Amino acid sequence: MAATEAREAVGEYKAGWHDPENATIRFDFGLSEQVVRDISALKNEPEWMTELRVKAFHHFDNRPMPTWGNMSMLEEIDFDKVCYYLRSSDATEKDWEDVPEDIRNTFDKLGIPEAEQKWLSGVTAQYESEAVYHSIREDLEQQGVIFLDMDSGLREYPELVKKWFCSVVPYQDNKFSALNTAVWSGGSFIYVPKGVHVEMPVQAYFRINAKNMGQFERTLIIADEGSSIHYVEGCTAPTYSTDSLHSAVVELIALPGAHIRYSTVQNWSTNVYNLVTKRGIAHENAKIEWVDGNIGSKLTMKYPAVILKGEGSHAEVISVAYSGKGQHQDAGAKIHHLASNTTSKILSKSISKDGGRGSYRGMVSVSPKAENCKLNVVCDALILDDGSRSDTYPTMEVANPSARCEHEASVSKVSDEQVFYLMSRGHSEEEALAMIVNGFFEPFTRELPMEYAVELNKLMALEMEGSIG
Amino acid sequence: MASDKPVLEISNLHAGIDDTPILRGINLEIPAGEVHAIMGRNGSGKTTTANIIMGHPDFDVTDGSVDLDGEDLLEMEPWERAREGVFLSFQYPQAVPGLQVGNFLRKSVAAIRGEDAAKGAEFRKTLKDAMTELDIDRSFLGRYVNDGFSGGEKKRFEILQLMLLQPKLAILDETDSGLDIDGIRTVAKGINAAVRGTDSGALIITHYSRILEHVQPDKVHVLIKGRIVKSGGPELALELEERGYEWLETEAANSA
Repeated sequence: MAATEAREAVGEYKAGWHDPENATIRFDFGLSEQVVRDISALKNEPEWMTELRVKAFHHFDNRPMPTWGNMSMLEEIDFDKVCYYLRSSDATEKDWEDVPEDIRNTFDKLGIPEAEQKWLSGVTAQYESEAVYHSIREDLEQQGVIFLDMDSGLREYPELVKKWFCSVVPYQDNKFSALNTAVWSGGSFIYVPKGVHVEMPVQAYFRINAKNMGQFERTLIIADEGSSIHYVEGCTAPTYSTDSLHSAVVELIALPGAHIRYSTVQNWSTNVYNLVTKRGIAHENAKIEWVDGNIGSKLTMKYPAVILKGEGSHAEVISVAYSGKGQHQDAGAKIHHLASNTTSKILSKSISKDGGRGSYRGMVSVSPKAENCKLNVVCDALILDDGSRSDTYPTMEVANPSARCEHEASVSKVSDEQVFYLMSRGHSEEEALAMIVNGFFEPFTRELPMEYAVELNKLMALEMEGSIG
Repeated sequence: MASDKPVLEISNLHAGIDDTPILRGINLEIPAGEVHAIMGRNGSGKTTTANIIMGHPDFDVTDGSVDLDGEDLLEMEPWERAREGVFLSFQYPQAVPGLQVGNFLRKSVAAIRGEDAAKGAEFRKTLKDAMTELDIDRSFLGRYVNDGFSGGEKKRFEILQLMLLQPKLAILDETDSGLDIDGIRTVAKGINAAVRGTDSGALIITHYSRILEHVQPDKVHVLIKGRIVKSGGPELALELEERGYEWLETEAANSA
């Protein structure tokens, strides 16, 4: 990688920096059955996983592109120019001191060690394809909580992984879940035993740090009966001149009475395709919440989903999307009410600026047998200038007449009078815009851990800089 | 350091919007410590005057000057004017959903009076005292700026900001409209506290003399069709209350 290119890239992207590629093993570009088998062999995986990867690869290969979202952007992806596996450190580290220095530098910029000292209950920091740093507090271990990177999870708990892997998101679900299943690497594996409440949010950081590097992490969280966990992931990435592909799969299983909250703030650089499948199954009286913030990327297509399988279960999807120049955030939520007395709430907020495009795409369904379900959908869009765009594609399929459905949608613009009012209180036009934008996102931001909320407010203030005149 | 310069000096101000003239030669001086009132019918140019002093981008100034303590305000952006000490209590304060009142007040005090003024026990005490004075409940701080506020709450919130921001010049654009008599008394208390016995000045824009009974302006100016046609003491407000504006309009027409 040419240093000048990296510098140019860093100059353009505010949160971006970049370490020299220090890849121990790097596959050539492009994908074939052999590459998939090689990845699996390198990881010493059980045969069932190898065969699952191969089946998923062929499904991916034959499956056409989605015919929704942003088709012209999707067509620009050149799968032959993506590197499907890259490992930058030989082993998964547990001791911070053993983590290679340039990788530590990257994490320093992300503030991970500090954050850990303060209040992390466990860290898996994903660097390229492998987790290189992993720690978990003793109290978590003592409570029997398993928190590993996915590769270690498969090695150490093969039966548990085999039972649940692909049980929520089958590889046939969509083209990108098939791709992820074929080439997945890293991600988190979490099991919370019955009745255990993990008090502190558990965090992981993801970055893409190699040119044309696809990142295909796979996360599986199982919350056993009556347990609870809050998982937080935050992403930032350096800018590169060619497109990068990020295609993750996240599967959540909330067994009876369990509670899973999964919070994300992604700020991929604006050349990244972020095509992620996130889905959870909630059993009786369980609760699943997705708190999902999409700030960066070129194209995001992501619709966190919950299947309300058990009676009395509850789902919430609270999401924000920010689309700037050249960006399209196609985000939303899917909730399926399969059982009676289930409730759901969707709050989606999107901002478009400088010609950016935000779409809300939602699907809520109630099956014929599900009695007395309650659904609430609110989507609000804020458009900052004339060239920007916001669309809403809500779908409700209600097959049981006892359901109570509420749907509200609004589109607003920042008014000159609002900006003038704030300016009259000593705030520059940029500060005024940042106040309005952060206020608009506030119902989302207040759901985040403090550090993330502060970071998001700063990011949005940065986005408002240089936007005047 | 009370200078000899008036707090506000407006000379021969001509201004309008989209080539339509609204103000046609306004002259006005407010010395330190004084409260002046501008009265006039709807459409006479009262709110335009307030907006131009604050720097509303919709209006074009075609002639004249507006100085604050001898500094040329027309060269400044609205937020620079605010930092120099201009405050406008809006007739229609804008809602900013999601922006908490407490957070907004702290940020505004920091922007205008400096970071130190917005921190620590002293800020909290100033805030608490001002809220008590204006009869505002503490829970107010957790609400969103003007979002879902009643008319009276909006006006009280404007005066709360006035008290915390301690401007050199306070402009109150129809702050009395839509308030009951208790509200007017409370608001008047806030204005008196912010101006009387200080080097600051205030400009009250109103249709009615009611608020003036409680604030006792040093001077009252009558604005008709973009010109100040008459100035006088507080008694002029009472005269207007009795006789209306017509006699002045006739006088103005005859002298034009």
